[in-house]
Amino acid sequence: MNTTAGETVKSAAPAFYCTEEPHPQNGALLGFWIYLMSDCFIFAALFACNAVLGGSYAAGPSAKDVVDLPGLAINTALLLLSSVTFGVAMLAMAKDRGRATLAWLAVAGVLAAGFVGLEIREFIHMVAEGAGPDRSAFLSSFFTLVGTHGLHVTFGIIWLITLMVQVGKYGLTADNRRRLNCLGMFWHFLDLIWVGVFSFVYLVGVLR
Amino acid sequence: MHDRSALLHFILGRLSWSAIPYDNPILVWTFVAVSASGIALLGAVTYAGKWGYLWREWFTSIDHKKIGIMYVAFAIVMLLRGIADAVMMRMQQAIAFGANMGFLPPHHYDQIFTAHGAIMIFFVAMPFIVGLMNFAMPMQIGARDVAFPFLNNFSFWMTVAGAMLFMVSLFLGDFARTGWLGYPPVSELAQSPGVGVDYYIWGLQIAGVGTLLSGINMVVTILKMRAPGMTLMKMPIFTWTALCTNALIVAAFPVLTASLALLSLDRYVGTHFFTSDLGGNIMMYINLIWIWGHPEVYILILPMFGVYSEVIATFSGKRLFGYSSMVYATVAIMILSYLVWLHHFFTMGSGADVNSFFALTTMMISIPTGVKIFNWLFTMYRGRIRFDVPMLWALGFLFTFTIGGMTGVMLSVAPADFLLHNSLFLVAHFHNVIIGGVVFGAFAGVNYWFPKAFGFRLDPFWGKVCFWFWLVGFWIAFAPLYVLGLMGVTRRLSHFTDPSLQIWFQIAAFGALLIFLGIVALLIQIVVSIRNRDSLRDPTGDIWDGRTLEWATSSPPPAYNFAFTPIVYERDAWTDMKQRGHERPTEGFKPIDMPRNTGAGVILAGFAFACGFGLVWHIWWLAAGAFASLVGVVIGHSCNYQREYHIPAAEVSRTELAYGRQLAQQASGP
Repeated sequence: MNTTAGETVKSAAPAFYCTEEPHPQNGALLGFWIYLMSDCFIFAALFACNAVLGGSYAAGPSAKDVVDLPGLAINTALLLLSSVTFGVAMLAMAKDRGRATLAWLAVAGVLAAGFVGLEIREFIHMVAEGAGPDRSAFLSSFFTLVGTHGLHVTFGIIWLITLMVQVGKYGLTADNRRRLNCLGMFWHFLDLIWVGVFSFVYLVGVLR
Repeated sequence: MHDRSALLHFILGRLSWSAIPYDNPILVWTFVAVSASGIALLGAVTYAGKWGYLWREWFTSIDHKKIGIMYVAFAIVMLLRGIADAVMMRMQQAIAFGANMGFLPPHHYDQIFTAHGAIMIFFVAMPFIVGLMNFAMPMQIGARDVAFPFLNNFSFWMTVAGAMLFMVSLFLGDFARTGWLGYPPVSELAQSPGVGVDYYIWGLQIAGVGTLLSGINMVVTILKMRAPGMTLMKMPIFTWTALCTNALIVAAFPVLTASLALLSLDRYVGTHFFTSDLGGNIMMYINLIWIWGHPEVYILILPMFGVYSEVIATFSGKRLFGYSSMVYATVAIMILSYLVWLHHFFTMGSGADVNSFFALTTMMISIPTGVKIFNWLFTMYRGRIRFDVPMLWALGFLFTFTIGGMTGVMLSVAPADFLLHNSLFLVAHFHNVIIGGVVFGAFAGVNYWFPKAFGFRLDPFWGKVCFWFWLVGFWIAFAPLYVLGLMGVTRRLSHFTDPSLQIWFQIAAFGALLIFLGIVALLIQIVVSIRNRDSLRDPTGDIWDGRTLEWATSSPPPAYNFAFTPIVYERDAWTDMKQRGHERPTEGFKPIDMPRNTGAGVILAGFAFACGFGLVWHIWWLAAGAFASLVGVVIGHSCNYQREYHIPAAEVSRTELAYGRQLAQQASGP
């Protein structure tokens, strides 16, 4: 049965070329995922710096002195809710509901913008109190790690707006769906990083 | 610089007339020579009316083959800069004894060794490997292009933009005097207030973006775009090494980006990551940079191991001995390379237990590497060896690299390293493995794939001249450094007091001269080959009786590589096809969609260069404006959804039948 088929393949001249156009798998999602992993290494380096330098207060303020835990709770809630609403947008996309997708994307964007706004407010407040990034190695690593995350969220928002315009103009085409999927991975990835920042920089920092 | 108006300061940042080093005759003459040859080149291109051709066919091309060729051409150009630095250093060290201070003052000498190291690694070795992988790997897996063709073009131009920042530092301001890794505290603002370290940082950051994106691109290409039937364990070894190297790039280059970013924050914002005061930790930088730096040396050597594997198998007329062990050895090296970084600073004082761990992991790397050496030897054993130029380089590598590897094992012994650390023994060791491994591999690869790229091979006579000058020159230049290092001479010195050392430096300088002649021979080889291209032509597309799929195409291959995607049954797919008497398809051609050229990569890299230049000179409006434009162009480019063009079936048919006729003519004799 199968042996005959096998022998045909093994015989002198098997088919050496695809007669049909092959459709190579689209690598965009895998590529973006690998990019996220490389980004993860940047954060890993920053977390390592924080672990090493997190106690180097240089007789300046410590985490206990600068962290505003209630404000942080609001901040974190905004970012996590933004991730949830992005997920809802993706569900709407799966049901081909363009307007709902755009609406939920807008909500996600506003929540993320709120996160960035609160973070900037926190930074300004800290600098005004004399706890800027140039005060001590601890504050350098604090501002850099939190700020790098915030910068990522900011670029995520720019990307989100770009994609909303493109979806509004061209609809939920295959290209746009793929791009929204990539942005979605980026969005959730930043949430994950934030969980790390929240736990290790803020909570562990306060307990240190 | 001090009493300039605020407006002028806003416009020019810290740039002023005093930034031009007209008081340094070496730089003035370099500038005259570089600009004269530059103007001559630009003039020649204009005179020949080739700008449109270059722009359409090369600069904006997103064909992986052309990008690969551009990478290699770029690497050869930068090699000239790197070797000029090397020759100057060797000359200085050969004469600067006792009362003679040589011709290079220390502050200039320090810039030269920094530039030499950084350029040779980032803008010679890296473009060589990325170029060879770009050119050959997609064809080896039977693909028509890489996964992200536009990103490929963008990556190349970002690498060029980074190198341009390095080059500008020659004539505007100065370069870092820190050594090629920019160790703090000397790279901090307090000790290096000038622009040198900033040139270094932004040059590397811009080029690093290109390298990282290229790494992602290649990994996805290999994982997603292999021809049907080519399982991972049927991939050519060069593709395997490319996969491992690019995985390392993805995992290591972000750490370089992070460490340089932290250094730049120290310099620009006043943070205290690596300063000596307010809690900064210098060793943090040195750990981080070597967490990138050690994988980096394997990023460089692994693809060359792949080149040697292809070359030795092809020119021995045998399949590679121990394919599986070769793959596992490559993967083992990839993993181990991440666990050895601390051997670059055993002297940090982290204690015997930590040093023992890193000493052991370092020694362990010699095991998979030894496996590879024996595999190559057994491949040659009872083979019908042809001593063509690529094979000569491979043999020179086996001899040279093995010795370099053994001195590496000597350095990995932590107590011995306390004596050899920072000495010329170390300098001799890493040149032994990088020249003997990476440079020889680059030349092997260029000689091997050149006929595939251009349809004619490189002139073998001048290729052999080049090889012998390099091989002999290398040993004469670096064997004395081993001796000096064992005597305790430290690296990076521009002047010596002990006259008994001078003879060794003079021998080394003579070796450097031979290497220089080797490079001259390379340039002659290229010119002679182009002039004699008709007699060196290869109409078959398979000049070396190759074993992998890139030799199944015409030379040079058509834009789409394969009219029909090949189906793979065995390792060495092309040998398998030849042995089983495959026939080229002559009908049924279909139209092919290929990615369309775009100038976006050049434009983006131009803005990146402007942004870097603005940051170096504190011209904030330029940096901000260029960055905003860069983001704008990215968004604009993303609005272009029509990225493919169509090659009609008739054209594919015409191209393929013409190649078929050429093959038939060749078979029936001229």
